[in-house]
Amino acid sequence: MIATPEALEEKREAILADRATVTRRVLICAGTGCVANGSLEVLDRFVELIGNERAILQQEPAGLEHTGCHGFCERGPLVKIEGMDILYTRVRPEDVAEIVDLTLKNGVVVDRLLYNDLDTGLKCRGEKEIPFYKLQTRTSLDNCGNINPDKLDDYLAKDGYAALAKVLDTMSPEEVCREVTESGLRGRGGGGFPSGRKWDFVRNAPGDKKYVIVNGDEGDPGAFMDRSLMEGDPHAVLEGMAIAAFAVGADEGIIYVRAEYPLAVARIRNAIKQATEEGLLGEDILGSDFSFTVRVKEGAGAFVCGEETALIASVEGHRGMPISKPPFPAISGLFGKPTLINNVETFGNVPLILRNGAAWFNGMGTEKSKGTKTFALTGEVVNTGLIEVPMGTTLRTVIYDIGGGIRGGKKFKAVQIGGPSGGCLTEEHLDLPLDYESLLAVGAMVGSGGLVVLNEDTCIVDMARFFMNFTQHESCGKCTLCREGTRRMLQVLEKIVAGLGVDEDLETLAELAVAVKDGSLCGLGKTAPNPVLSTLKYFHAEYDAHVHEGRCPAKVCQAFKRYVIEPTECKGCSKCSRVCPAGAITGKIKEPFLIDPEACVRCGACVSSCPFNAIKEVA
Amino acid sequence: MSQMIVDGRPVEFTDERNILEVVRKAGIELPTLCYQAHLSSFGACRMCVVDAGKRGVVTSCTTPPEDGMSVETSSPRVRNVRKVALELLLAAHDRNCLTCDKSNSCKLQDYSERYGVDKVRFFNTTDEVKQPLDTGNPCLVRDPNKCVLCGNCVRVCLEHQGMNILDFSHRGSKVEVSPAFGKKLHEVDCIYCGQCATVCPTGAIMVKQEIDKVTKALNDPAKTVVFQVAPAVRVGLGELFGLVAGVNVEGKIVAALRRMGADRVFDTNFAADLTIMEEATEFLKRFNSGENLPIFTSCCPAWVKAAEQSYPEIIPHLSSCRSPQQMFGSVAKKYLTADGGLEAADVFCVSIMPCSAKKFEAGRPEFSVDGVRDVDAVITTQELARMIRAYGLSFANLPDEAFDQPYGESTGAAVIFGASGGVAEAALRTAYKILTGNELELDMWKTAAPGETHREAEVDINGTIIRIATVNTIKAADQLIQQAMCGDKEYHMIEVMACPGGCVGGAGQPPHDTLVRRAERAQGLANIDKSCRHRQSHNNEAVQELYTRHLEQPNSHAAHDALHTEYTSRRRITESITISEGNGQMDIAVCVGTCCFQQGSYDTMQKLNKLLRAHHLEDQVEVKATFCFENCQKGPNIAINGKLIGEATPGKAEEIFNREILPEFAPEECAK
Repeated sequence: MIATPEALEEKREAILADRATVTRRVLICAGTGCVANGSLEVLDRFVELIGNERAILQQEPAGLEHTGCHGFCERGPLVKIEGMDILYTRVRPEDVAEIVDLTLKNGVVVDRLLYNDLDTGLKCRGEKEIPFYKLQTRTSLDNCGNINPDKLDDYLAKDGYAALAKVLDTMSPEEVCREVTESGLRGRGGGGFPSGRKWDFVRNAPGDKKYVIVNGDEGDPGAFMDRSLMEGDPHAVLEGMAIAAFAVGADEGIIYVRAEYPLAVARIRNAIKQATEEGLLGEDILGSDFSFTVRVKEGAGAFVCGEETALIASVEGHRGMPISKPPFPAISGLFGKPTLINNVETFGNVPLILRNGAAWFNGMGTEKSKGTKTFALTGEVVNTGLIEVPMGTTLRTVIYDIGGGIRGGKKFKAVQIGGPSGGCLTEEHLDLPLDYESLLAVGAMVGSGGLVVLNEDTCIVDMARFFMNFTQHESCGKCTLCREGTRRMLQVLEKIVAGLGVDEDLETLAELAVAVKDGSLCGLGKTAPNPVLSTLKYFHAEYDAHVHEGRCPAKVCQAFKRYVIEPTECKGCSKCSRVCPAGAITGKIKEPFLIDPEACVRCGACVSSCPFNAIKEVA
Repeated sequence: MSQMIVDGRPVEFTDERNILEVVRKAGIELPTLCYQAHLSSFGACRMCVVDAGKRGVVTSCTTPPEDGMSVETSSPRVRNVRKVALELLLAAHDRNCLTCDKSNSCKLQDYSERYGVDKVRFFNTTDEVKQPLDTGNPCLVRDPNKCVLCGNCVRVCLEHQGMNILDFSHRGSKVEVSPAFGKKLHEVDCIYCGQCATVCPTGAIMVKQEIDKVTKALNDPAKTVVFQVAPAVRVGLGELFGLVAGVNVEGKIVAALRRMGADRVFDTNFAADLTIMEEATEFLKRFNSGENLPIFTSCCPAWVKAAEQSYPEIIPHLSSCRSPQQMFGSVAKKYLTADGGLEAADVFCVSIMPCSAKKFEAGRPEFSVDGVRDVDAVITTQELARMIRAYGLSFANLPDEAFDQPYGESTGAAVIFGASGGVAEAALRTAYKILTGNELELDMWKTAAPGETHREAEVDINGTIIRIATVNTIKAADQLIQQAMCGDKEYHMIEVMACPGGCVGGAGQPPHDTLVRRAERAQGLANIDKSCRHRQSHNNEAVQELYTRHLEQPNSHAAHDALHTEYTSRRRITESITISEGNGQMDIAVCVGTCCFQQGSYDTMQKLNKLLRAHHLEDQVEVKATFCFENCQKGPNIAINGKLIGEATPGKAEEIFNREILPEFAPEECAK
């Protein structure tokens, strides 16, 4: 039990003193991505070979820990040797013996496990040299990958809970809100509402009982920023919540996490238990008269529950359906009480701001968008993973410098920012700074930070259909325009990719998109048409190709595929006609065969059967 | 006083709760499907959108007005939203308008015409998959193919009735409104009050029609068709023929029914006076003995169903009196031939009610004699209006005719049955006379404010204070029952009506958007009461004559037989599932209700089965899974030959077997 701020500092010093002799730590990524790639087996092998902790190697103590996400998921499982500045990538259990023998015992680097850029020949020993990391500014993610998320001591060793102690010891709620306001922090869940102002609303709302809710219902396809933070640095989220609770006058906190994030749920629950046991949560925290308890509420996986009023309904045990605002949750939220609801990443930034000061935070970013932002970089980019960059970094830097460009030497086509609520941007936007206003101006949004990079092989119409399918399924069905409008937009898109589109369909699509955007009840519906609107704007030619020219330029849409047999290359072996399930190929042996386009079902079986590559797909 | 700008003109507002009310105050009618002033704002249909400039398009029903705010009600932007929304709704709507009961009173139809939706560009999804209709109950028909998902039914059921029978399920375009697990209304605890139908903007929930049954009887020369007209009907029907709410059209109803071929037209009010004679007597008996107080009224069939299902503990408190409808039916079938000077007539009894639940009540088995219902058909105010139109009668020009005798005479005490508080007041008037010998001229409740669901009164009868409460809506009843049954508040009499405002607000009444309309109808009934020659039921000479000829006196044996009923607890599932057959020597019932199941009752059952087999007793003992023994705190519960055994955990199964089961079959083995 840590009873006072002084006791917290004493404990911290004791931990650091205890660890002073540890010069090297083996940090094994145990984020969801690396775990899926087998990092736990790697960990087991290390445990087997060097013992759980402080095994003596070369007479020097070395630590062995599992950590949260390092971010460089593309190259996982990752093993970092802290103190030697080594990052091993794609480590298999069978590599472990070598790492122990060579690196840990003899200080020799295992060359083949280092990051190696095949394109440039660049080989890097540690994170600092790898372009993926070099260009990032990891502040809120700083602990992810560097501490064991299951150990409170690890967090304390990194100045954990110092901000809470400072707040409780020396600041008033007004001062905390002011500090957050001055920092320029804006909601990281997508809306970008100034956090300090939101906190002030809740602080000033009348009521004895107030709540703080963490929105961890990250549901965009391809987004995993919040999951990584909860998995990698759960105490930071708790500390941010506690500071917020103090600032707004709340005594109860709820972390709403999707049940599909079992690791995040487990680590958050463990962190709550530890913090409560140590008196960092609970009654009279750190000897102050501030009390705050936190519980986890697992969401059942409805995308709409990321919308704050639907989330609150879900916590209350109701169907996750949004309600119209006002009243805002700040005035009437959970169980009708004033409620502060912020995204995971927003809370994750709070301890840093309070510890380092507003000036430190607003020194980063652009004029209106301060600090850093995490993005989940996925799609056809070389380095997929979790990144953190200052607001205002250009898309080009993110995609080409950090992301390493387009995979397989393909051409960049577009990037979908902000998931199904965001927009699709093109080459011409690559030098656009990533901040709230710039993205809104071009019809996209920061969203929670999903960045899906698309190459030339992606059909834009098909992608719009994909996202519309997603929002239609995830619509709560309450308001007419979202429920019915997304259904009909989806039908029109399905019609177009099936090659049945007509002139009026594009008009109908645009008209529906505008009505749904204008007339929907909540953010889900209001933003659902964004993928359609942005692609209609920037890729209209591709829609035209589908509707007017009967072709899919990316050769994705099955309906437009045409197969022809090159007469000069066909030897007349008849193999294709024998595999054709539709009997569409005919011909005489030793003479070129012919495909009947009417009968062809476009399965492509003939292409793979042809020993002479004589069958071509034409767009 | 604050001010808003609506379409460029200033409009002052005070306590209007949303922009919609302010816009309507300015004389501009905004369309709404999901807005009902007496329910919470929902903001789902998006019809009432207004352009709030920088704030974008907002639903006026959910946005509070602000001083200086400016909105446009018909900007191109909102017109587009409205029109697209309507087109989208129509695309998912069964558009067989011509054969829809709601035709001409359907809001969707009206708005589509009003806002010029002249084409639907999308294929009709109801053509693809037709959802089955919910017709399993006698009162209401749900047609999911016509549902626009406005949620009015969901909210009225929750917010007024506290029943929560309907709710949303599924997601996206698959969303639907239905009872839990997609069940039908008759499979759940629906009380058939039909308030859902009153707020449904389309034909998705309608009161079931029985007009065909009635016209068939009217055309059958062998039948003597007898009508009774409920009090609230006479102050509601006129609205459907262009008259203002509350006007008494009783005379025209009688004239209309005679022209349709009715053999006799009587008044439910006659039976209401009879009810008061019985109920006041019953009340005083209880009042004097102190037993089963407070007495709860039993005139409202929806309330009676709710009481049987949800509050079986108050069944002894329910008045055993049948409702006026059923008293009338019973009297008509038993005595009309004699009293009406008919010769062995085949009486077909039709009641005209403001209510959907009366259709259920008339079909309850206890109200049939030898398989013949006392009340053969129940039609609503709305159905009567349709019949009048179908018979080509010009309602406004009909003369006023009087009810037939002897069951056409009534007092002012009877007519106020149609509004919340009326039954209690009428009972008090007669109780007062019985106790004091004097007439009581009182208007106990004063006038009810629209939407008021709970009123209380104290009446001093020669120094004895009688405390009365009247509630309308089941939600208000629930709150009162909690207080009354836990002794927080003591009452002698509690009147419950399920519909807001009482029967004037019933589901059979003309469509009414506002609570004010119901209050106007109630006022109409109060006016009739005041103008009556007699305002106390005991002064109804025809009722007294009935007692003289057939029923002796109130609460007599004959009266009990004809005019009273019994109730049954319907809280729990009573069926059981046989797991293994026996030979009748012993039966073991194991509760598999949620609570017992979670405490391991299923495992207990498995262990008992195993032990039975081990002792070769499986053929002699019947094992069945059953539901609640009402002993949930001490679960898991089992019953052996009806003897309840609590805390029958799996660990105790063997002990129970050896103690309770084995000795019955093998005493010698046990002795060892």
